[in-house]
Amino acid sequence: MNAPYPSLAPPIVELHRVTRRFGATTALEDVSLTVPRGGVFGLIGGNGAGKTTLIKHVLGLLKPHAGAVRVFGLDPVEHPVGVLGRIGYLSEERDLPDWMRVNELMRYTQAFFPHWDPGYAEELREAFDLDPRAKIKSLSRGQRARCGLLAALAHRPELLVLDEPSSGLDPVVRRDILGAIIRTIADEGRTVLFSSHLLDEVERVADQVAIIHQGRILLTAPMEELKQTHRRVTLRLEQAVDAPPALVGAIACSGEGAEWTYICSGEGAQVRRAAEAIGAAVVGDDALTLDEIYVSRVQA
Amino acid sequence: MQLHISTSDGVPIYLQIVNQIKYLAASERLAPGEELPAIRVLAEKLLVNPNTVARAYRELELAGIVEKRRTAGTYVSDQGSPLARRERIKILKDRIDSLLAEADQMNVSWEELTKLIEQRRTAMQPALKE
Repeated sequence: MNAPYPSLAPPIVELHRVTRRFGATTALEDVSLTVPRGGVFGLIGGNGAGKTTLIKHVLGLLKPHAGAVRVFGLDPVEHPVGVLGRIGYLSEERDLPDWMRVNELMRYTQAFFPHWDPGYAEELREAFDLDPRAKIKSLSRGQRARCGLLAALAHRPELLVLDEPSSGLDPVVRRDILGAIIRTIADEGRTVLFSSHLLDEVERVADQVAIIHQGRILLTAPMEELKQTHRRVTLRLEQAVDAPPALVGAIACSGEGAEWTYICSGEGAQVRRAAEAIGAAVVGDDALTLDEIYVSRVQA
Repeated sequence: MQLHISTSDGVPIYLQIVNQIKYLAASERLAPGEELPAIRVLAEKLLVNPNTVARAYRELELAGIVEKRRTAGTYVSDQGSPLARRERIKILKDRIDSLLAEADQMNVSWEELTKLIEQRRTAMQPALKE
């Protein structure tokens, strides 16, 4: 945790110019992505943007039509055992064997992971208030998610992959999931890759963010940099105009008459200089939420 | 120590932590010498990235609000220090700036404003003595 981030160690996940089609639909187009070791990487995008397809490539469940995927330096399709044994994975559907009981699932999952920690698994089971005798089929949505989380965490994976972990869950279970993400990276050197459309959660826990839209990566940046370089700037012009004057670094603009509001990316000083150059006064300059940054990028 | 993190107003989370701890220390709701929670503990409580808490603690240390002792633990610095006093003055300055800006927008003159401050001071005297 106190080690420098992003770490200088080789990246945990690398996608190099990955393209994947399903029939006539291109699900991923020329996607390159690097997940450094020891932090939380948030993948954000709307429904059908390609988040799940990307994650399935990381797990080796899909093979790219072009480009290369490396996880721990290995091709996950060719080395499924070497890769999957070091990953904890929770899917959005949380596909668990319905006919098993909780304790059966724990024994069953343990068999796949040499580093399974039975003491930690039991600790998680109690913390999540899971009845060991309960049939998985009978679990509530939230308990089912906790059960999947237990199975993903108990072997203390080097990489925790969560696909829309919070979708459809109540705030209490969402807290458990965020807590699990935080504990995972607080244990030195471990890495989390998670996808979400709940941007306030991503803003809380991610060190690094990638925006995916229509199968393409629009932007990858450290969260801090993203927040620093995106501002909402309102200008007051000397006189009313019909169309907003062009401004360096502007991604979006709205307004009317003499007052126009821009969503800008770039250094704050640069925007101010650009405003002065067109004879406008900066009357508002605010930070943006991740939500606002996302919307402006996707609509640009 | 109660902190409240919001992701709805765009202020970076590390800055929210810095500002709130500065305020608590300046108003002595965090006493000099009091130990702050460990980075990991606070991260889990606030549900934010531990690197973000670490960054906030570093900024607070640079500003002289807290100090690291030996290898473990972060403690609130002595509030009598010039740095802590500077911090209190800064909080007041920010308040005064917004008051002046609002008075200006509402066309309240400087004379009226000082009179108003005097009045409020008198009105609040009993409360201040408590």
